Amino acid sequence: MGEVIVITSGKGGVGKTTTAANLGTGLSLLGKKVVLVDTDIGLRNLDVVMGLENRIVYDLVDAVEGTCRLKQALIKDKRYEGLYLLPAAQTRDKNSVTPEQMIKLCEELKQEFDFVIIDCPAGIEQGFKNAIAGADRAIVVTTPEVSAVRDADRIIGLLEANELKNPVLIVNRVRHEMVKKGDMMSIDDIIDILAIQLIGVVPDDENIIISTNRGEPAVSDNKSMAGQAYRNITRRILGEEVPFMDLAGQGNFIAKVKKLFGFRSA
Amino acid sequence: MLQQLLSKLGRKRSSKDVAKERLKLVLIHDRANVSPQFLEMVKGEIIKVIRNYMEIDEEALEIQLTKTVSEEGDGVVPALIANIPIKSVKNAGRSI
Ligand SMILES: Nc1ncnc2c1ncn2[C@@H]1O[C@H](COP(=O)(O)OP(=O)(O)O)[C@@H](O)[C@H]1O
Ligand SMILES: [Mg+2]
Repeated sequence: MGEVIVITSGKGGVGKTTTAANLGTGLSLLGKKVVLVDTDIGLRNLDVVMGLENRIVYDLVDAVEGTCRLKQALIKDKRYEGLYLLPAAQTRDKNSVTPEQMIKLCEELKQEFDFVIIDCPAGIEQGFKNAIAGADRAIVVTTPEVSAVRDADRIIGLLEANELKNPVLIVNRVRHEMVKKGDMMSIDDIIDILAIQLIGVVPDDENIIISTNRGEPAVSDNKSMAGQAYRNITRRILGEEVPFMDLAGQGNFIAKVKKLFGFRSA
Repeated sequence: MLQQLLSKLGRKRSSKDVAKERLKLVLIHDRANVSPQFLEMVKGEIIKVIRNYMEIDEEALEIQLTKTVSEEGDGVVPALIANIPIKSVKNAGRSI
């Protein structure tokens, strides 16, 4: 039986889709069978970030409505063994799927896959409710900015109200030189405020843009810093203890977060 | 406070400290608003304590979370404002 992990944030543009693509790909590189589910109906993105946009025939709405069989809607990524994508519908609206349908879909996918990674739309309305409905675990993505952290706090509250206890945090787009100058909140500052478990820190990295241009997730690029950060997170998801990358000048948060929870326990 | 002092002495606070302070403040309000039970809980507890000393008009008791200018200077701080109409003070309270 697999595990359903929703990637969420509240605020748009903080890196949910990038994170979903990289973690899904990263897990498949570690030999796991993974399906990425794009629940951002009307604004689908995960397909282009993954470079699979030309292979879409059916989508999420077709699958839950029974227009096609679930298997027919899954796009197999030929580059990565065991990786599949269930794309969002582009011409429908968010209300064409219900939380009950999502729960049923996740139950079905869990039979087949080790991990079901759900890319959540921005906001806290129907799309968010759909995305978290079938999830076992949540990863909250934020950037070191006031608005993003504020929205993350809101999302954490909503997740806990919806029985998704102990969400974990990814801080994305960290620029260590700015942190050093005192012009960007540090990981310590953010953890202090949100009081949740940290599972990863991803540097701001132009390789993300380059890899997104190509439709090849950075996690498969050994030279990319962000790719390395995502590789570390995938191993932490599997329960491994992986030291946090030294983004230079952020030494002391490493000690604070050493005792990582096994992501699969509990 | 120390930071406010420093800024008065002409040293500029780092933008991340400003960010952190603003964030903390805004979250106090967000978190209280997210749970509608929050103020009701506070209200209930306040009534319980005050009832020991005086008779109050529980129906008319008003409580709200707002912002106010801090005493130290120009910063804004969160404040809990309670308006508690007193009907009478108990004898026990008077003798203390
Ligand atoms: N670590 C990073 N470094 C540089 N650019 C990033 C990083 N993470 C995300 N981005 C860029 O930020 C933009 C928004 O990311 P995206 O994953 O689409 O966010 P969301 O799904 O939360 O709206 C994209 O253009 C993406 O390439
Ligand atoms: Mg997105």
